[in-house]
Amino acid sequence: MKDKYTVSPAPHLHDRTSIPNVMWNVVIALLPALAFAVYYWGWRSLWLTLIGVVAAVATEALIQYLRKVPVTVYDGSAVLTGMLLTYNISADSPWWLPIMGSVFAIAIGKQAFGGLGNNPVNPALLGRAFLLASWPSLMTGNCWIRTLPHKLSESSINGISNLSLIHANLQGVSAKAYDLVTSATPLKVAQTLRDSSFVNTITTDPATNLDISGKMFKSLFDMGTLRSLFWGNVGGCIGEVSVFALLLGAIYLLWKNIIEWRIPLFYIGTVFVLTFLFGGIEGAGPSILLPFFHIFSGGLMLGAFFMATDYTTSPLTKNGRIVFAIGCGVLTVVIRLVGGYPEGVSYSILFMNVMTPLIDKLTMPKAFGRVKK
Amino acid sequence: MSFMKELTKGLIKENPTFVIVLGMCPTLATSTSVNNAIGMGMAATFVLVCSNIMISLIKNVTPDKIRIPVYVVVIAAFVSIVDMMMAAYVPDLHKSLGLFIPLIVVNCIILGRAEAYANKNNVLNSLADGIGMGAGFTLALTVVATFREILGNGTWAGLRIMPQTYDPMLMALLAPGAFITLGTLMATINLLKEKK
Repeated sequence: MKDKYTVSPAPHLHDRTSIPNVMWNVVIALLPALAFAVYYWGWRSLWLTLIGVVAAVATEALIQYLRKVPVTVYDGSAVLTGMLLTYNISADSPWWLPIMGSVFAIAIGKQAFGGLGNNPVNPALLGRAFLLASWPSLMTGNCWIRTLPHKLSESSINGISNLSLIHANLQGVSAKAYDLVTSATPLKVAQTLRDSSFVNTITTDPATNLDISGKMFKSLFDMGTLRSLFWGNVGGCIGEVSVFALLLGAIYLLWKNIIEWRIPLFYIGTVFVLTFLFGGIEGAGPSILLPFFHIFSGGLMLGAFFMATDYTTSPLTKNGRIVFAIGCGVLTVVIRLVGGYPEGVSYSILFMNVMTPLIDKLTMPKAFGRVKK
Repeated sequence: MSFMKELTKGLIKENPTFVIVLGMCPTLATSTSVNNAIGMGMAATFVLVCSNIMISLIKNVTPDKIRIPVYVVVIAAFVSIVDMMMAAYVPDLHKSLGLFIPLIVVNCIILGRAEAYANKNNVLNSLADGIGMGAGFTLALTVVATFREILGNGTWAGLRIMPQTYDPMLMALLAPGAFITLGTLMATINLLKEKK
């Protein structure tokens, strides 16, 4: 009879949430995006992901063995890091790129700080930042183009070829503009069109330039392009392109109560509002569709649902999470619209990750009954 | 303390970079290549030895209240000599080290040794200390630079180490690469010391 009662201090309520449970569920939630990646870019994206995962798990096991702490690779957190990291590279990356990124993410980003729960920033994003700083040519610019022909050139719903069609209808567009629309991710196109020094070189006539750039800009958020962005039929990283697949995973996580709605909602909401207000260019009037272009493109969906919500590196308090998410959103929009990079999701989350202890401190609710000093 | 002991302590046991953790700024900034590292180390060693001797010589006539300005003037004099000598004889190295040569004036290893050692010890020991610490600093810089240059450029002191197909890890040459290399090396050294 005595065995049936547990005499212990609070908390007395338990549920089955555990680290392996959470991590493996996030891995499951990421699988639709992988399926879409394989569909668009072929089996290479799957192999790269597997390489990244194996490298991450092996690094974690090796370091935990060397540190003489329990080897916890079965909890799935290293699998998740390897997966998220590989989702951030191009499907045409060399095979060693996910290895370098995963090893760095686990060794420097996580184990150097003491392992799971002690990392100040998201290891996968740190790995991505490392890859971007080390091999910029493989991580930006033209690397995405090579991924396009596999499937997209044959495709009928293709954001990039949509732009080319628009181009075909324009009279007197220079080769430069043509190169632009056929050779980059949608965000890169948007960034270039916002750059007046580029726009002025399309033709010699300023009025024509404005007209052309405005039309091209508008084609970024017409229904066809938005549809392509939603399904993922655009250039980009392995796991970031398909909004649909990522939303499927996100709904699963929200339903399982693994992630909380505050961070994704306020993050994406902030990006939506700010790009609606400030995202336009001269020659293309304001449109309610423009913010949809911004929230569907780049890594925002992946970042907002799967990276910003990381337990270790996001605030504990509810208000803190809102502050965190708005900060991420503001930084993302600032980097996208006025920064040097076309995409700012990873850096904005990394930046807010290091702000997290401060946010927690400032938003900690007053203990019940305690009088303010 | 014996002369030999003073001479060798700076190399490993009291290595100014890895153990005393002084002079981080030049260590991080000039360890992008082995050539830069050795050049910087030699320049700092020259200044360190000369300033140690000079400060040890004048320690009895230096008023205690203004000793730091006095040290800085002495050090600055030797730095000016090194700066001009390097500009004259090794202009390429001088150009690639740039601002970090004049900045030896405020290098905390040199001021630290003046304050912690030379103003309390005789000339001979201060000379040994200067040589040892300078060599330790050069060694540390070269070790950091070895990792950074091989990873970030595929070469060591200009000689190609990695195969032609090696795609250099650019971050090793950037500031984060310097911090991570230095941190990893220091952690390794601490680990080895703990094991002893």
